[in-house]
Amino acid sequence: MENEITSAAVQTNLNVVWTLIAGILVFTMQAGFALVETGFTRAKNAANIMMKNLMDFAAGSLAFYVLGAALMFGATKADGWLGWGGLGMPSLANGEGAWDWTFLFFQTMFCATAATIVSGAVAERIEFKSYLIYSVLISAVVYPVSGHWMWGGLAGEASRGWLERIGFHDFAGSTVVHSVGGWIALAGAMALGPRIGKYRHDGKANPIPGHSLVLGTLGVFLLWIGWFGFNPGSYTAGIGSIGRVAMTTNLSACAGTISALVTAWAIMGKPDLTMALNGSLAGLVAITAPCDVVTANAAILIGLVAGIFVVLSVFSLDRLHIDDPVGAVSVHCVNGVWGTIAVGLFAAPVASSYGNTIAGLFYGGGWKLLGIQSLGALSTALWAFGMGSAVFFTLKKLGILRVPAKTELKGLDMVEHGQDAYASFQFFSNT
Amino acid sequence: MKLIIAYIQPERLNAVKQALFVREIYKISVTNALGCGRQGGYIHMYRGATEEVTLHKKMRLAIAVNDDYIEKTIDAIIEGARTGDIGDGKIFVLPMDECVRIRTGERGPEAIG
Repeated sequence: MENEITSAAVQTNLNVVWTLIAGILVFTMQAGFALVETGFTRAKNAANIMMKNLMDFAAGSLAFYVLGAALMFGATKADGWLGWGGLGMPSLANGEGAWDWTFLFFQTMFCATAATIVSGAVAERIEFKSYLIYSVLISAVVYPVSGHWMWGGLAGEASRGWLERIGFHDFAGSTVVHSVGGWIALAGAMALGPRIGKYRHDGKANPIPGHSLVLGTLGVFLLWIGWFGFNPGSYTAGIGSIGRVAMTTNLSACAGTISALVTAWAIMGKPDLTMALNGSLAGLVAITAPCDVVTANAAILIGLVAGIFVVLSVFSLDRLHIDDPVGAVSVHCVNGVWGTIAVGLFAAPVASSYGNTIAGLFYGGGWKLLGIQSLGALSTALWAFGMGSAVFFTLKKLGILRVPAKTELKGLDMVEHGQDAYASFQFFSNT
Repeated sequence: MKLIIAYIQPERLNAVKQALFVREIYKISVTNALGCGRQGGYIHMYRGATEEVTLHKKMRLAIAVNDDYIEKTIDAIIEGARTGDIGDGKIFVLPMDECVRIRTGERGPEAIG
């Protein structure tokens, strides 16, 4: 019977619907990133940052469809190091109930998340053309290659990557998405150098306040909403476990918010909104890898540590004169690594309801999982930071990486785009 | 006593502040301004439409000084604001009849301090 309703058919369609909704939630994170990055930087560069967030999504989605998806989810060619499925993945199945397109849509949103992380770290000084070149390269090559190592198998046994094969666990992408984006962001910030006026002659950092903490806060809330697609959606199935993962995700985010607030308060003497916001994101990034294999209490602990890490990392980067205007490296790179390591510490067989049996150091699993997680974090770091450095330092050699000093001082909006983000607003125009 | 008013490029403000600071001139007020001098404004294009005279964003500095600080202040503004390009701005030096510090009621050079 062609139209017979079977429980299997209902489940299949439920999986499609949930995964698609989750993908749309992940797309919401684009708006979140755009607002966080714009709010945390100066008004004179707001249109430029919006433009970059728009373009990395548009260019990145196309690049991932044409080339990236094939490298990430094509059949493995070199022992799990590289996939190849042909340009535009010609093998995508068509017809009623076809899962492939939903899967590709969902994965495209993840790729775009990695790509857009970088724009915050390179904000207010990168040349627009260079940013476009970078956007295409990360989505077409850098993200898909390391993604294949860890997630290739999501598309089938034939495309399992080498890290998956040895038992590496990154449920929703602390490493695959966030630390890849974070490492490239670090490479970008280092290649560009600090914004004019960021560091004084005596080596101390000058504050360059963001122009709208209202936009920045709204952005963090949007990212947080998006994460409820990012993590629970990564089951790509409408099953009972999605609710528990939504809870671990939220607990970690809240714990990260509070511990970042307290850490910053203790060090600086004031409850700093921007640090608390970074803390929310730090907790979210950190719980992304372990969200399905840890207990709720462990999720809180992971978030608490993430919030401390993010604040200390922001201060440390300033001490090293690496200028990251929005804290992208501290949020995504540092806590992406932490979340990945946390799997090796806190993975608890009792927490899993999806046939998962891995156990971390604190749950009788010994050192093995911790070692595998560390190997995954390290190899991804080498790949992403190496490729990011290659791209950004090449652009620097070509002399097209950074805008001229005069453009930077006047603001990228008027000089690069000929448009003010706030044409009829008054703001203090020298900052 | 003089009132020194200067219009400068917004992006030069930090350099001017620095140059004033090293000459121990700390009392300064700054506001946003729009205007054009010899450049005659600029042509602005937005979504394909052009506007012919658009005023430039400038910063307006007002600094009240005693006579022995006039030249130092002018030097500092020039040092910080001059790039050699058209649009660097102008300095106006105006006579000033009186100055009163509201908190104490002091008058004249004392009030400028």
